[in-house]
Amino acid sequence: MSTPQVIKRAKYKTSIKDPGTPGLLTMMENRFVFRPNDPTSPSKLDVGFHQIKGQKNTKEGSNKPPWLNISNNKDGSYIFEFESYPDLHACREIIANALEAAKGSSAATISSTAKASSSTNEQYSTAELELRMKLMQEDSELQKLHKQFVGSGVLTESEFWATRKKLLDGDSRKKSKQRVGFKSSMILDIKPMTDGRMNKVTFNLTDEIKYQIFALKPAVHQAYIDLVPSKMTEKDFWNKYFRAEYLHSTKNVVAAAAEAAEDEELAIFLKEDEILAREARQKIQRVDPTLDMEADQGDDYIHLPDHGIFRDGTKDITELQNDQYRRTLSQDLNRQGAVVLQGRNLDVDPEDPRTIAEALMRSRQEPSDSAVQERLDRLTRMTEIDDLRESHDHPVAPLCIKDPRDYFDTQQANALRTLDDSRTGTEQTKRKLTTEEAYGALKESISKIKSIGLSNSTVKPEVALTVFNGLTQNISSTKYQLGKNPRESILDGLPNRTKEELLHHWMSIQELLRHFWSSYPITTSSLYTKVGRLKDAMSQIYRQLEEIKEAVQSDFRHQVSLLVRPMHQALDAAFQHYEADLQKRAAKSGELPNGNG
Amino acid sequence: MASVPSKLYADDVSLLMVLLDTNPFFWSSSSLPFSKFLSHVLTFLNSILLLNQLNQVVVIATGYSSCSYIYDSTSAPSHGSDQGRMPALCSNLLQKLEEFVTEDEQLLKEASAEGTPSSLLSGSLSMALCYIQKVFRSGPMHPQPRILCLQGSSDGPDQYVAIMNAIFSAQRSMVPIDSCYMGSHNSAFLQQASYITGGVYLKPQQPDGLLQYLTTVFATDLHSRAFLQLPKSAGVDFRASCFCHKKTIDTGYICSVCLSIFCKHHKKCSTCGSVFGQAQSEVPSSTNRKRKASDT
Repeated sequence: MSTPQVIKRAKYKTSIKDPGTPGLLTMMENRFVFRPNDPTSPSKLDVGFHQIKGQKNTKEGSNKPPWLNISNNKDGSYIFEFESYPDLHACREIIANALEAAKGSSAATISSTAKASSSTNEQYSTAELELRMKLMQEDSELQKLHKQFVGSGVLTESEFWATRKKLLDGDSRKKSKQRVGFKSSMILDIKPMTDGRMNKVTFNLTDEIKYQIFALKPAVHQAYIDLVPSKMTEKDFWNKYFRAEYLHSTKNVVAAAAEAAEDEELAIFLKEDEILAREARQKIQRVDPTLDMEADQGDDYIHLPDHGIFRDGTKDITELQNDQYRRTLSQDLNRQGAVVLQGRNLDVDPEDPRTIAEALMRSRQEPSDSAVQERLDRLTRMTEIDDLRESHDHPVAPLCIKDPRDYFDTQQANALRTLDDSRTGTEQTKRKLTTEEAYGALKESISKIKSIGLSNSTVKPEVALTVFNGLTQNISSTKYQLGKNPRESILDGLPNRTKEELLHHWMSIQELLRHFWSSYPITTSSLYTKVGRLKDAMSQIYRQLEEIKEAVQSDFRHQVSLLVRPMHQALDAAFQHYEADLQKRAAKSGELPNGNG
Repeated sequence: MASVPSKLYADDVSLLMVLLDTNPFFWSSSSLPFSKFLSHVLTFLNSILLLNQLNQVVVIATGYSSCSYIYDSTSAPSHGSDQGRMPALCSNLLQKLEEFVTEDEQLLKEASAEGTPSSLLSGSLSMALCYIQKVFRSGPMHPQPRILCLQGSSDGPDQYVAIMNAIFSAQRSMVPIDSCYMGSHNSAFLQQASYITGGVYLKPQQPDGLLQYLTTVFATDLHSRAFLQLPKSAGVDFRASCFCHKKTIDTGYICSVCLSIFCKHHKKCSTCGSVFGQAQSEVPSSTNRKRKASDT
């Protein structure tokens, strides 16, 4: 297991300003060496990785040349300029691995084994390797297993992780980035900045705000698409927009109406949003058709004196004339709420307002003709009279619970096979012979006891004594074996080392068995060798278990053997399957030559 | 819960439900003759009634093809039929028992079915539980109930579901099931019953000292049990019977919908009708597999 050397052309710089000495940088397993092209140059380097603390590098895609800055323990650093980014990454990875190895001996084994297998089998992305390492650092059991089996070559890296795909997947899913939703603050409240000296206001517009305005006001959006840049510049457009906003905020409906009459583009912003109104009408169509929306229209109390909502120090009060140039706060709030709930459904870079505008356009669906039909359908459904309607039953798979009698009745036929053959055989013949005799004997003994009555001493004193002795012995021995508290685990009573060994073996056995059983049926030769390796590892553990059993003190031997028994049973089952499979294979391969010969 | 302490007379008044195995096929092969067994049991029952005036004893015969109440200390006439030669309890019980055995034989002849030489433990357990429920519901006060199975014949795996249901219902009503098993091998059903309900399972080593076992282990009321060291079984056989062939199995398949147990893979659950997905390969470990450790 040796890391291949990496030799790259690079310039060594003593500082950022330094033009650099051209030469060869050689990365080895435990150190890096720089040899300048000019052998007389003093800037030769030979640095061990144990002196290295960290590294930084310039980003690919930025305008900077590929620099790698390696900092050492003494707050100094070595700067190398490479010819290309791939060169830089190759060196960077080696240093990263070396740094990883230096972090701890356990981490070192992991990274080296991981590297070894990845170099032999497949290439993993560094992200995946990092994830695996992180998983192992979090779970010491996993790390132990990994070290034991992958380290000793019983399992390969990929086999080990193949059974833990879920762990890997689950972690990466957790990492997925959360999407930023639509801001819930009211964009309609953008306040202009006044400088106080002149009668002039300044609005600060960002792309984000533009996006929000488009989302909130489809009419503005439509106007933007129509007018910019064919009829007016973007700046003019926003000027007009905010002039309209300003008129709104003054609540001077009459002035607004007058301005709108003069300037038709301004009127677009001042008028009620046509697109919104259309959408609202559609929504109303989806309301329960039996509800009369028109009847409720006058019920908002806003037209009554002393009702209304305070906003910006004034009250929203309805005036009937020029109604189309008036917007209420509740409309704004509702629209804002609807947009926020809808969420950001565009994945567009919000740099160019034009693209935002177009993307928004696409996302807005056209009302379909089927809506009318749907409404009619709903109408008929809602107004249906209960007892005349067809059944709207959904197709459900009925839960079929069989008559329990089936179970109890069929048992008779099967019951014969249930007992051991020998036992059934003997009892069966006996029973057939003596059905009547058996009942006869039973009745005889009843009548016997009836006639004799209860004898004076039912139990002989000697027998009673043996019973007592037996019971006492039984009770004290079970108490001794099982502990005073039956809930108390036997494991806790064992010496710590034995306990840990047993637990570890149990884990190992589970891991090996999982791999063992999942390899059947054997279809490829690699599976065949894998099973062989697993079987060897298992028989080793089998022997180790035996040794543990032998090694423990006689006090604990019984408990330990109880614990070890199921492990041995599980292993035995695997061995049996292995042998059977081997024989089957041998028979198959043996048949061929026989058939030929 | 019906058995709140306030409804008990006192902490040492018991209702003992005794399930008496009268399987003729077992007793004809038993080392302890049935008459001896009966005399031990009768003495035991008498001593239970003497322990407390309010104690109640109910005996249910567990036959081969039927079960029946054969004695109830609350309703039995105080005078026996045979002029004081033996206690009234004995003569009444024996009288009923004789009638029951005759009937049981009759039933067997009618059915003339092939069957296992096991007795109807599930039936008698259910009857005992019904009786206990009746006691719970009748009157303001009741004795503390427990069930004692005096079983000899081997387990009938075909009764597995019924017996387990009875066991769980006993557990729910906090009725311990004690069991004294006279047969040659341990009874997995009774072991489980006692384990689950917190009763005592005992397999006497000396069958002729049965009375001694009964009085030492099973005579004390539940309250006093807390202060006694009673025999504990070292291991319980938790194996289940499969629903398809009623075999006792230690590894099998379980329906993910209704938890029915099968000894081999089926396409469809025979109990609830759920269709199982196809296993990807022949490897059994790819489907639901459950391993039950035989002991801990």
